[in-house]
Order: sequence, then structure tokens, then C-alpha cells
Amino acid sequence: MPLTEQDIALLKEKAWLARRNTIQTLMWAGGGHAGGALSQIDILVALYYHYLKIDPKNPKWEDRDRVVLSKGHGGIGYAPILADVGYFDKELLKEFNHTGSPFGMHLDMLKVPGVDASTGSLGHGLSIAAGMALGARLKKKTWRVYCILGDGECHEGAVWEAAMSAAHYKLDNLTAFVDRNKHCIDGPTETVMALEPLKDKWISFGWHALVIDGHDFAQIGSAIDEALETKGRPTVIIAQTIKGKGVDFMEDDPAWHYGGIDSDKMELALKSIDRMYGKA
Amino acid sequence: MSTGLTYHTYDTDHMTPAEIYGHVLAELAEERKEIVGLTADLAKSTKIGKFGSKFPHRFFNVGIAEQNLFGMAAGLALAGFIPFVSTFAVFASLRAGEQVRTDICYMNLNCKIIATHSGISFGQAGSTHHCTEDLAVMRSFPNMTVIAPADGYETANAVIACVDHPGPVYIRIGRGFEQTVYTGPDYGFQIGKAVTMHEGSDITVMAIGPCVLHAVEAAKRLKEQGISVRVLNMHTIKPIDKEAVLAAVNDTRRIITVEPHNIYGGLGSAVAETIVEAGKACRLKRLGLQDEFAIVGYTDDLYSYYKLDDNGIMEAVAEMLEVEVEEDEDWENEI
Repeated sequence: MPLTEQDIALLKEKAWLARRNTIQTLMWAGGGHAGGALSQIDILVALYYHYLKIDPKNPKWEDRDRVVLSKGHGGIGYAPILADVGYFDKELLKEFNHTGSPFGMHLDMLKVPGVDASTGSLGHGLSIAAGMALGARLKKKTWRVYCILGDGECHEGAVWEAAMSAAHYKLDNLTAFVDRNKHCIDGPTETVMALEPLKDKWISFGWHALVIDGHDFAQIGSAIDEALETKGRPTVIIAQTIKGKGVDFMEDDPAWHYGGIDSDKMELALKSIDRMYGKA
Repeated sequence: MSTGLTYHTYDTDHMTPAEIYGHVLAELAEERKEIVGLTADLAKSTKIGKFGSKFPHRFFNVGIAEQNLFGMAAGLALAGFIPFVSTFAVFASLRAGEQVRTDICYMNLNCKIIATHSGISFGQAGSTHHCTEDLAVMRSFPNMTVIAPADGYETANAVIACVDHPGPVYIRIGRGFEQTVYTGPDYGFQIGKAVTMHEGSDITVMAIGPCVLHAVEAAKRLKEQGISVRVLNMHTIKPIDKEAVLAAVNDTRRIITVEPHNIYGGLGSAVAETIVEAGKACRLKRLGLQDEFAIVGYTDDLYSYYKLDDNGIMEAVAEMLEVEVEEDEDWENEI
């Protein structure tokens, strides 16, 4: 079912909050992967506030949908959402990156409730997600698996090993997103190592592939709906995004792949986010 | 054994340890529905195919893609299954080493890796297919248990035991036919507990894999010469049986380790660490690959060439018995 205007209004509100919380956490953490955390947020918001069958009071509920944040460096933008939906107390985010904290920049499933797989090293998550999806089929369960990949991550050969097998096993209960923010650490993906034609690559690997605006909830919603209806093959949603989306001085600037902010910078960032959502 | 099954069907005279593994897994899986099997185009070579042909819907051959192999196994473990993953040791420990470490050990998943063609057992294939580094690699991964069975019976025991041993387990076996050292499976195999194969008081030989049989044969021949050799089967390299190592230090003061592996990082290293940390003095010689890639050849020839066979062990024993060792009178106080 397409998202209603009411649904979209709620998601926008949650995305505004998630971006603010990410920036706040970034300051507490002393540094983090700001750019990629902000580019992926609307995908995570759509999943966590509309689509996922989860029970944050029972994080290991067997029939839950699974999420594998294969671009594990997005953890700083993921943890605030997990806190907000109720997996743990938001106050804990103040410890992000601190010595001995359960929260490092790449989230550990054994320490952070709601995280379904520990990720961080790129190119691992899609295989794990494919294994989970295969497991659901073996157990005759209806849970679905969502995997969020970075675009630079698609340089990793292991992504394509996983892509090949997900198609081979016809894992239509698996949906992958590529957060296509167009930058890896050393510069634009197309300069460092060209990914395009990316959609064609996924199609040639046997996937149903869509390209959408990854900051437009109507498009994210209809893409997920299409994935839910697609049978016999997995779906990849290539979400065109902007690295650092919402913070004007971070947007599209590879320097903000990883960075820290002080309280002054935080205020500027929050104001920029508020402006984007018409809250200022 | 909690499975309630008994195994008396394996025929070590006619089956390799890998074939026995395949049969045992297929039998185990009848009762244990949570067992799934995975390989990367080595169903036949590793013999996991015996499980696969019996339970095709629980068996996944992912093609020649070892990184994906271990990642998918992690996903299946997260979904509540006990994946048995088989490929060659060199691919499990090196090609997919990071997946084993990060996807399986870091998440402490209940995944069992049965790696074949380890050590120099694929002699003629050369160093691309030898694996004399896996023990070092696997031993350094937290949560991992590392086992190198001596023969087919012990392979069966290790495979059965690992099902209910929580967390990741790495079992390294060879390629082809290996002579048995045991006469049956009932000798009290326990993960983490060395087995005394031959009593002795002059010197201790600690061995793994096919080297256990060579050590026993050497000990028998040396006994005829009046030399008393204790032989320990150190099938579990991690956790190492510290008690057995320190008892050997105390009782014999001379230890030789024998392993088809680089002398760095494997059994010899684990034994050396145990001795040194206990603060005890002891003569130690590590037989293995002396930090070199092995030559190409028949596997039996390679065991002989690298002095890992009966004669090589006898030679090392004779050399070590030439060396004086001091008595330790404060043993009880210090240990």
C-alpha cells in the first residue's frame, strides 16, 4: 500500500528527529561518519517507523524482520533510531565511542539491542543477510531481511559473490538498498573506481533493480512495496542520496565522510536541519 | 554424548577421515534438524557432499566464493541453524579469514568449520593448496576452538563433540587416506583434553594429526632401545591442555612438538607459551615447517623430508637426549 500523506508526515517528523539526534550523538562521540549516516537516514526511517515487523521490547523475537546495516560505519545514524523506537534508553547515546561503551562507531550485535548483525568491514553484510533470508525459507518463516549497502562498498568483490547467490537462491524475502551518495573516502566513486552502470550490474546479476530518490518517502515507500510484491528474485533499491543530507556545510563534501563537531558547529548543523524541515 | 546416537559404521580401513566426517555429519543431521551444510564447489573433495546428497534442501553449494560461503553461514547461524562449512583449510583460514573472524567469531556464532586438505596433505598441489598457517590464524581468533584430529575415529569424535560445543569450532583434517592410530572411537575423547598414547618418562613427544601415529611408532621403536617416550595426542590446539603440558615438563623435562604446520603459531607455539608462562625450564624442539613453503611431492615423502615421520621424530629424540637438563626441586611450590 502506498504511503498516505499522513504516513509521510510522520516519517518526515521522525527523519528530522533522527538527523538531529545523529548530530547530537556525533558531538557526544567526538567524531563519526557524519556524511554516510545522514545519507542513509530516510531509508532507515521508512523501515523502522513503517515497514518493519519488530518488537523493541523483545529484540530477539524469532519472527521479526531483520536489518543488516552492511555499511556499518553508518552506526552513528542508526543507534539514535534504535533508541527512539525503544530498544534502549536514549541517554546511553551520550556514551557513544567512549572507552568501555557498548556503542562504538560500528555497532556490535552482542552489545546493542536491536542490531541483528555486527558489521563494519565492508562487503560482509549482504552475505549475512542472504544467509538469514535462506534461513527464513528453511524455517518456513515469513520474516524479511533488509540490507543497507554503501555505494563505495560495491567495490568489494564479496558484494557480488553475495549478489550472485541471493539471485541463485531466488531470495525474494531479501531487499537490499544501496545508499548511492556517490562518495567514498578518497573522493567521488566514479573517479576512484567507477560503479556505473550500477543498476545494470545488479540486473545482470539477476536482481530486480530500482533507482529512486533516497530522500523522498513516497519513492522509498513505493520501492519497498514493489520489493514486497516481487517474487522469485531479490530486489535492490538504489537510493540516490546526498552525503551529509540536511547539514548544509556537510552536504556533498567528502571531507565529512568522517569528522567531529564542537557545540558551536552542532548548533549550526541543527539549525540547518531545522531549516530543511521548515522548523526554523 | 547428548545426541543419543551411536556410531559404529565407519570403516577406517576403507574410508579417509574426510569420508568419515561426511558420513558422521549425515547421520548426526538426521536427528539434529538445525544442522545445515555449506561448501564452495568442494562438496566432493571435502566429503560434505555425503550430507548434501542425503539432505539436499539443507545443503548449499555457493560456488567458488569462499567469502560469501562464510558470510552466508553466519546468516544461517543467526537464523538459528548450526552450519557446518567445508572447504580447503587454505581457503577457510586465509581467503575467507576475515569472514571467519568478523562474521563468525566476533558474533560468537554456533558455526562449525571442517577444513580438509590441511597442512601438507595435498603434497603434489604445491603451496597454493598446502596450508601450514591455519592453526596460527584460527588460534588467534577469540571464541574459536581449534581441533586437529589424529585419524578417522578422532575426526568422528570431534565432529560429534563440536555440535554441542557452543560457539565457533575449527576442525582441520587432511586430504586422503591416513592410517589410523586408534582401534575404535571409545577412548574418552574430550575437547581440550590431551590423550596419552604411550607412557614414558625420558622425553615427551606432543603431536597432532597424522604425526600422532608417527610419534607412537617412534616411541615403540625407541622403547626397544631402552628410551622411554611419552606421546601425547594434542588434538585440541585451543584451548591447549595446560595440565598435560606442565605434567610433561615436570616429568620429562624434554619436549618435542610435531605438527604439519609452520613452527610459528601452531602447536609448538601454544606449548612454548604454556611452558614459558608457567616459569618452568624445559628443553623444547618444534618439528614442523621451519618457516618455509613446502616442496612439492607425495605427502608421505613430505612427512619424511620435513622429519615429521617415525625416523624424523626418533632422530629429534636422540638429539635432545644428548642435552643435559637440570632438575627442578621447587616444582610443587611454583605451579
